[in-house]
Amino acid sequence: MLLTMESTQATAPPREANESALVARLRAGENGAYAELLAVYGPRLLATARRMMPVEEDAREAFQDAMLSAFKNISRFDENSKVSTWLHRIVVNACLMKLRSKRRRPETSIEPMLPAFLADGHQATPSVEWRNETALSLERRETRDLVRACIDRLPENYRIVLVLRDIEGVDTDEAATVLGMTANAVKTRLHRARQALRELLDPLIRSQQGADS
Amino acid sequence: MNHVTCHELIDFLMEYLDGELPPERRAIFERHLSICPSCVAYLQNYKATVEMGKKAMACDGDAVAEGVPQDLVAAILAARKG
Repeated sequence: MLLTMESTQATAPPREANESALVARLRAGENGAYAELLAVYGPRLLATARRMMPVEEDAREAFQDAMLSAFKNISRFDENSKVSTWLHRIVVNACLMKLRSKRRRPETSIEPMLPAFLADGHQATPSVEWRNETALSLERRETRDLVRACIDRLPENYRIVLVLRDIEGVDTDEAATVLGMTANAVKTRLHRARQALRELLDPLIRSQQGADS
Repeated sequence: MNHVTCHELIDFLMEYLDGELPPERRAIFERHLSICPSCVAYLQNYKATVEMGKKAMACDGDAVAEGVPQDLVAAILAARKG
């Protein structure tokens, strides 16, 4: 199964790498080239694996599987592509394979996390706009951790769509292909995942705003 | 149909924000938003949620600077040879 996504900023290497030369050395089986690939691209790819796999051990295993797959399949790398994009696809696929094989937690329903409505279609609890300076103050580690914890609370089938689409920059059609779903199903899941995340964040942000004011 | 409820607007909010609604439907949504502060707040918080998710999960500069743990690098290089 192959992803066919465009390049994503999330995997841009930290410095300019001489990609062609590195690929040539990998194809020649030069020992130092493997370590260099891990040093140049590894940190951001491991970060991708950690975003997709909440359990550190699983992220490390998926990253290792992906790197070994990349080493083995370097002959298939298309020189017209970017190495970072190619590697990102392999890491995403390795993570999805591991998630499918693990299925650690039973699938929970997202329904209780969605907004409630009255019979006449009004919101059961009227929304109050978050103050921008609090809602987006993610320099605060506590706010960042809080958002991550809420994302981890989403049912797995929704969390992974949100991470692929909103964080990893995989587009709808590509996500549908890799997840074996229709594009419409991906859109529905993404919207529900965002709605559920909004519902989970709402009381936390409002209480934080109350404490700040 | 010349109006939408809050429920319908929120169900199709992503399509609205992505510009995927037909013009006449979009106009109905905008009319609703012009008279419903609760839906405006929902929409703003929905957009903020997406941004917060992106920022919270973006590459942690410290983690990237730390690189791949040495034991993991060693394990990968050893597995390649094995």
